[in-house]
Amino acid sequence: MNNVRSAVPGFAIAIAVLIAGLLLALTVGRYPVGLGDLLSVLYAKLAGHRADVHPAVESVIFQVRGPRVIAAMLVGAALAVAGTAFQGLFRNPLVSPDILGASSGAALGAVVGIYLSLGIFAIQAVAFVGGLIAVAIVYVIGAAVRSRDPILVLVLTGVVVGSLFGAGVGLVKYLADPYNQLPAMTFWLLGSLSSTGIADLLPLFGPVALGTAVLVALRWRMNVMSLPEEEARALGVATGPLRIAIVAAATLVTSASVATAGIIGWVGLVVPHLARSLVGPDFARLLPAAAILGGGYLLLIDTLARTMAQVEIPLGILTAVIGTPFFIWLLASVQKNWS
Amino acid sequence: MILEGDKLTIGYPDRVVGTSLDVRMETGEVLALLGPNGGGKTTLLKTLLGLLPPKAGEVRLDGADLSSRSIRERARLIAYVPQTHVATFAFTVEAVVLMGRTAHGDLFARPTARDRMVAVTMLDRLGIAALANRPYTMISGGERQLVLLARALAQEPQFIVLDEPTANLDFGNQGKVMREIRALAASGLGVLFTTHDPNHALRAADRAYLLRGGERIAEGPTKEILTQAQLEALYGAPVRVITDATGTAFVPG
Repeated sequence: MNNVRSAVPGFAIAIAVLIAGLLLALTVGRYPVGLGDLLSVLYAKLAGHRADVHPAVESVIFQVRGPRVIAAMLVGAALAVAGTAFQGLFRNPLVSPDILGASSGAALGAVVGIYLSLGIFAIQAVAFVGGLIAVAIVYVIGAAVRSRDPILVLVLTGVVVGSLFGAGVGLVKYLADPYNQLPAMTFWLLGSLSSTGIADLLPLFGPVALGTAVLVALRWRMNVMSLPEEEARALGVATGPLRIAIVAAATLVTSASVATAGIIGWVGLVVPHLARSLVGPDFARLLPAAAILGGGYLLLIDTLARTMAQVEIPLGILTAVIGTPFFIWLLASVQKNWS
Repeated sequence: MILEGDKLTIGYPDRVVGTSLDVRMETGEVLALLGPNGGGKTTLLKTLLGLLPPKAGEVRLDGADLSSRSIRERARLIAYVPQTHVATFAFTVEAVVLMGRTAHGDLFARPTARDRMVAVTMLDRLGIAALANRPYTMISGGERQLVLLARALAQEPQFIVLDEPTANLDFGNQGKVMREIRALAASGLGVLFTTHDPNHALRAADRAYLLRGGERIAEGPTKEILTQAQLEALYGAPVRVITDATGTAFVPG
């Protein structure tokens, strides 16, 4: 049982990151909340009585930062879990959750929604559906093209269809009203959680929980799915149906987070690597570790985004600025084995 | 148990590789598949494994069409040892061998205590128990071949099919793999392997199957089939035979 013991420090680090992210996100900001106040408010809430603090503190914690904190954790966990699943499925550590066009589909849906001046929930719904449609198109085309390497065909189709949807986004931006619509589109395409409220949490939580539950249930099979196609089949895995299930679950999770937070790159690429270096490549441990670490990671980034400058910095920009050098370092240092 | 191919036409959707091939093997015997590159060895192997549907004819296991069994049932009867490759992710050796237990559990199953016990037993059997916690990416090619063999054994199959098990191995490890193949047959398994070296077939196999250009040119007990004339016909090249009191060896001429 060496393996079990060696995973404990990794999980401890991931959980520590999440807790640090939570404490920072709830206390730091334009209205600073002391750690003591935070703890007494949380304790009072659990115990069911009123805390002995200024009412504004409670309101900042539960109404202003609370929903955003939960959304950041869910989105971060979702992107990390989807990235982990896709990296395993495509046997490629350079893959991210938008490899099959989920993000570009969602982006096209969102900019069309903004262009048509739809309400915020309608825009999220259109983005969500756009992501699902893009991946469905990629999958149908990929499955129709006969090849000995279905994985490669799928990835290439994803790249091609993704760039077509990207062209669609460009067209809608070109046609959009440059004073009202274009800034909203740009803001959305760069990713942000600034407008997240309590009402956003349920449409985010439902799909993320469902998709993650499916992936976690399949975690042992996902180890085998990361082997070459024929080996996996010789080990008794019906790769075709299982691949559809994994792609569907990961797409559900990605589309829901993109619909809520816009496009946040890099999280789904970087976090799975970090998690793998903490607990190893076995999906049974990797998936939960990636979820915990992803939640903590995006919480920290989101806290940075809203406190670094006078104006909020879009999340997608921060994740890219942090992700790029990190990834180059990763390429240079652990290229030999992606452990 | 008997694994047989009956008048098989093998190939890919866009291409026929071989026609009217009859193959038959039983548990407890070793069959070696020899032939030049591109002759259809790997295609035949994959067809017998059920990974590639035959374009005509039928693969049968104890008389019943192989495709009538589920993919899981097949994996519990026939195991595959692919050529060693570099893995994408650094799974531990134990985790790799545990994957051999996949077909013994359902879709959501986690490895049971028995699964872990079988994995450890197979690692022991091949003398690589010390590698259990090493990353599969950090061991030598010969060790990887043995790990893949342990994974196949963990499937607890009746037949094991190996694709060029001695390719990329040093001299010592080639001998070790040959000995293991004999030991597998002695323990009651049916073994089918492909090789480029007739000496390996001579040493480890009971029967040999010579495949050239998608056609069977000879089949039978190794000592009768593996002759200078047959091998020269098989490879289209001169072959020399060296014989002494201890046995026979073939050398490319």
